Amino acid sequence: MRGRHVRSFIGTMLTAFCASLGAVALLLIFGYVLLQGFRALNLAFVTQLPVPVGEPGGGIANGILGSVVTVALATAIAMPIGLLSGLFLALFGRGWFPGVVRFLSDVLSGIPSIAIGLFAYIVFVAPFRHFSAVSASFAFAMLMLPVILRTSEEAVRSVPREIREGALALGMSEYATTMRIVVPAARSAIITGLLLSIARVTGETAPLLFTAFGSQFWEVNPTNPMAELPLQIFNYAISPYQSWHEQAWAGALLLIGAVFVLNVFARLVLSPRASR
Amino acid sequence: MVTGRALGTFGSIAANADLARRAPEIEVAPKLRVEKLDVHYGAFQAIKSASLDVPENRVTALIGPSGCGKSTFIRALNRMHDVTPGARVRGRVMLDGEDIYAPGVDPVSIRHRIGMVFQRPNPFPKAIYDNVVYGPRVHGMRDRAQLDAICERSLRRAALWNEVKNRLDRSALDLSGGQQQRLCIARCLAVDPEVLLMDEPASSLDPIATSKIEDLIAELKADFTVVIVTHSMQQAARISDFTAFFLSGSLIETGTTVSIFTQPKDKRTEDYITGRYG
Repeated sequence: MRGRHVRSFIGTMLTAFCASLGAVALLLIFGYVLLQGFRALNLAFVTQLPVPVGEPGGGIANGILGSVVTVALATAIAMPIGLLSGLFLALFGRGWFPGVVRFLSDVLSGIPSIAIGLFAYIVFVAPFRHFSAVSASFAFAMLMLPVILRTSEEAVRSVPREIREGALALGMSEYATTMRIVVPAARSAIITGLLLSIARVTGETAPLLFTAFGSQFWEVNPTNPMAELPLQIFNYAISPYQSWHEQAWAGALLLIGAVFVLNVFARLVLSPRASR
Repeated sequence: MVTGRALGTFGSIAANADLARRAPEIEVAPKLRVEKLDVHYGAFQAIKSASLDVPENRVTALIGPSGCGKSTFIRALNRMHDVTPGARVRGRVMLDGEDIYAPGVDPVSIRHRIGMVFQRPNPFPKAIYDNVVYGPRVHGMRDRAQLDAICERSLRRAALWNEVKNRLDRSALDLSGGQQQRLCIARCLAVDPEVLLMDEPASSLDPIATSKIEDLIAELKADFTVVIVTHSMQQAARISDFTAFFLSGSLIETGTTVSIFTQPKDKRTEDYITGRYG
């Protein structure tokens, strides 16, 4: 009897300890970035262009703008393709084809982002002989696609079969059943997947190195090289200047904050109250 | 719930006054005529050459042990197997003399005429009102006053109106299980079907909700032809006019409910209703 209680106690403690390790790691990173980044974070930092080394002040506003533009463009590419393929796999996929699509999509999600970036370079940068934000969006879209595809497939699949049959039994066509009943019922889970895929690429840096490339200026034309927040953090962090290091920390804080907000938002969308 | 075993002998069922009141009424015209129906799931044959007449404005009960194919059979009656991967249906199902499986027949229009209520209540995650008027809306009705009228009439017919009339805009998921099932019946009635298929509509409900559904079915047969799958022989005896007994994919015996429960012709039917099978 005693042995069993002791073993149970040890087991509970061990699993609880391991579970808390993950949470502690996040808190440590978040706390340290907050501590380091807080000093350089001010209004000018998020509203002004970068300044040359040695000059005080300056910001990374163009990087924030660039990241928003690039990710928005990537979402515009990946969302319709991912949603429709997820719908296909969940509802109409029969025979060998869906299995192949699912497998390839899983492989795609495992490819290192730098390799995706190289691919985007070959397809979208080399032929035009200059870097561009749109090539970065293309790379991002490829990273987002498998996430959106699988989450939307799962979301549609998790709509109870009975609900779909109930609609069909009312004399609704498959199209009406899908668009009016199944997709709306899966909506919050689909949106959550979308937000998570956006959060996933927002912090991606490697593909940007040879696609968007970076810029010192305001740039909104996606066919030109564009400043990107993660790229600026990277460049500032590997520079030898103290003031740039501080700005890199502040940029990292912004980035983590943005991803954190996206994740919290994704959870809120999925909460039962929101789906009513 | 009383189990099959607690029935005792079929003699005690014959003593049931309610059952004895109902005279045989074989002469009623068939609304649905099923001829040599086979259903396969892949290589497995779930229904073996079943033939059955379903009389108009009567309640026909399909009984049999779990896995005997009664749900498979009822789903063939409004072409729900069309959306089941791997299911194949052979044979004919005549609705008013026309085969619903004939080439060129649109399953959507068939399901419009033959509605179905499922085992588990399956309201859409929407407001009560929107659930009821969903069918009419999809079929193009936009007039609010007309939709309101359909909503009230359907809910009244489903004996749910008084419980929900003050909260039609609330989510259907807030209703109790029994109310949800009556909502699903109302939703089905709103598209004005001719035949109502019910696949164990009360199996997930408590006894009070069950008796409400049973009372409802007794009223509905005035306007509809009802086919109901049930695993409860008491329920079949209480509410049905005709009974069909299934065993491992075959239709063993059909007849008036009185005759099936008092003078079964087949030994297997007798064994089942006297509780010698699970």
